[in-house]
Amino acid sequence: MPIRFAGKPGLVAYLTAGDPDLKTTHQIALAAIDAGADVIELGVPFSDPLADGPVIQRASERALLNGPSKPATRLVDVLGLAAELRKERPDAGLVIFSYYNPVLRFGLERFCAEAEAAGVDGVLVTDLIVEEAGEYLALLERHHLAPIFLAAPTSPDARLERIGAVSKGFVYAISRLGITGIRTTLASDAKQLVDRLRRYTPLPIAVGFGVSNAEHFAAVGEFADAAVIGSAIVQLIEESTPEEAPSSIARFIRGLRTPVLQAR
Amino acid sequence: MSTVTEIAAKTVSGRFGAYGGRYVPETLVAALDELDHAYAEAQADPEFHARLDSLLRDYAGRPTPLYFAARLTESLGGAKIYLKREDLLHTGAHKINNCIGQGLLAQRMGKRRIIAETGAGQHGVATATVCALLGMECVVYMGEEDMRRQELNVYRMRLLGAEVRGVSSGSKTLKDAINEAMRDWVTNVRTTHYLLGSVLGAHPYPAMVRDFQRVISQEARAQILEKEGRLPSAIIACVGGGSNAIGAFYEFIPDASVRLIGVEAGGRGTGLGDHAARFSGGTPGVLQGTYSYVLQDENGQVSLTHSVSAGLDYASVGPEHAALHDSGRAEYISASDQAALDATVRLARTEGILPALESAHAVAECLRLAPTLSRHDILVVNLSGRGDKDMGILSRELNLKGA
Repeated sequence: MPIRFAGKPGLVAYLTAGDPDLKTTHQIALAAIDAGADVIELGVPFSDPLADGPVIQRASERALLNGPSKPATRLVDVLGLAAELRKERPDAGLVIFSYYNPVLRFGLERFCAEAEAAGVDGVLVTDLIVEEAGEYLALLERHHLAPIFLAAPTSPDARLERIGAVSKGFVYAISRLGITGIRTTLASDAKQLVDRLRRYTPLPIAVGFGVSNAEHFAAVGEFADAAVIGSAIVQLIEESTPEEAPSSIARFIRGLRTPVLQAR
Repeated sequence: MSTVTEIAAKTVSGRFGAYGGRYVPETLVAALDELDHAYAEAQADPEFHARLDSLLRDYAGRPTPLYFAARLTESLGGAKIYLKREDLLHTGAHKINNCIGQGLLAQRMGKRRIIAETGAGQHGVATATVCALLGMECVVYMGEEDMRRQELNVYRMRLLGAEVRGVSSGSKTLKDAINEAMRDWVTNVRTTHYLLGSVLGAHPYPAMVRDFQRVISQEARAQILEKEGRLPSAIIACVGGGSNAIGAFYEFIPDASVRLIGVEAGGRGTGLGDHAARFSGGTPGVLQGTYSYVLQDENGQVSLTHSVSAGLDYASVGPEHAALHDSGRAEYISASDQAALDATVRLARTEGILPALESAHAVAECLRLAPTLSRHDILVVNLSGRGDKDMGILSRELNLKGA
């Protein structure tokens, strides 16, 4: 299934799988897709999420909690969840978002084979840069998975060219330096980066890191193809009970597409 | 078994055999490239070396002595024991070697803000010291558990003008401090140099920090040849991230007759979470920028670790050590918390030298090994730091109140 952005701009919704438990993540993902998310990024929880701010760190900790009623979420569980989502929502884009170590430990080849079997569209590994990705790229290609890479405001043009050359699906442009998290304003770095990236790729460009409300979402739509919303969603999940989380996420996502009248 | 030249050749691309590399968020790549270039330029610049050598000599106190421990040798009744006295350096440990080097490099790059992580606090103190010397802003990340057990070093860093930021995530130790330092770096990368304290992290750190610590074995090799006219049977060093060990080993790598023995933290037992012995309990993986041995569970989640010594309490190990381990050139064993405490007392009472708890792990292996060797054998123990910082732990563990 190719990744497509139907909305203008498209919406990529990030969820830490297993936060607070897999069943709830499943319900939230369905609600998010039905409310208008084009792509779901299923985050694999990791013990050392060094690119993430406190909100997603806490989500990882909750997903890794190991109790009698809720075992720690493993990569194999995330792939299982992806397979169910694929059956229930054949048109939604599904991306696995992980740090490298859980994937390496699982086995790169086994991961690619099982992700393909689950119907996953793409993979983004936060701490894997193009230069280290030789074997990874070959295996993803063999298993028809789109390699999605991050592009940063600090990436010089030569790197953007390399990133553009190997990416499929979309390119994830980091709006600002720093870790994931909610910000009150959108950085001016973002537009500049997207403009530079356009020279090197015809792929859609999604902007993430700090995109957290309807105003940001509309602003990103002015110059990019999609916005990635992560911490704002994860924080809402943290503040909701598992029962009310799917409907509050659906409400939040529908609200993003509501025109912003004030403060523009 | 890969040869030394093979290992050296691979360092160009940041690889040591299969290990090393650069596993970081994209935002940091440009800064790592900048550092790599600046370091290569500095290496080729005689002025940089002159400045570095002069500070190492007049400020840090190099060369450090290679001391023949006569009473310890006598009491063990085996190999002759020499101690490489890095504990005599300014700030009390080998960490200052690397901090002066990277501090000068940051100055060359025009970065005025320095961040660092610290476990035992020795690297934090050395970083704060060099920042004071060079007039730079300094922020040190330290796990709250480590702040508690190395309280004196926290005061020292603050006295030196550094800001110490406590880290309360995970096990509240070195690994968590590195995560937080990397989060700071990724945010402030344009103005900030991350002064990483060990042979860890993404390329070029493992090779660069090793180069700044090589001076230990350069001196030790010349000193032992001068004193004994021959090479030692073995070099023994403790291994946390592995910077003092790689510094002590490096010039001896081509000397095939010299055993290189790294001592990891055996902690309080062999269960996952009870120790920091990566080579007996770990498997290859990626943690904090580099591919090396990592203590982890079957799902790739990084394990908690334990050691009485904060400086060895870390779930991974420098990638060059991983290559030396796999090639068989170096041996890695572990010493328990208790063995390290016993070794501390033994060295204090036979030689009047109080080792850091980290270095005491190397002393513990020396106490075990020396009696099994002959009087013709020579052991060199790298005494990487002094134990003043550990008085709080030692007084509790050894019940020193009028025993």
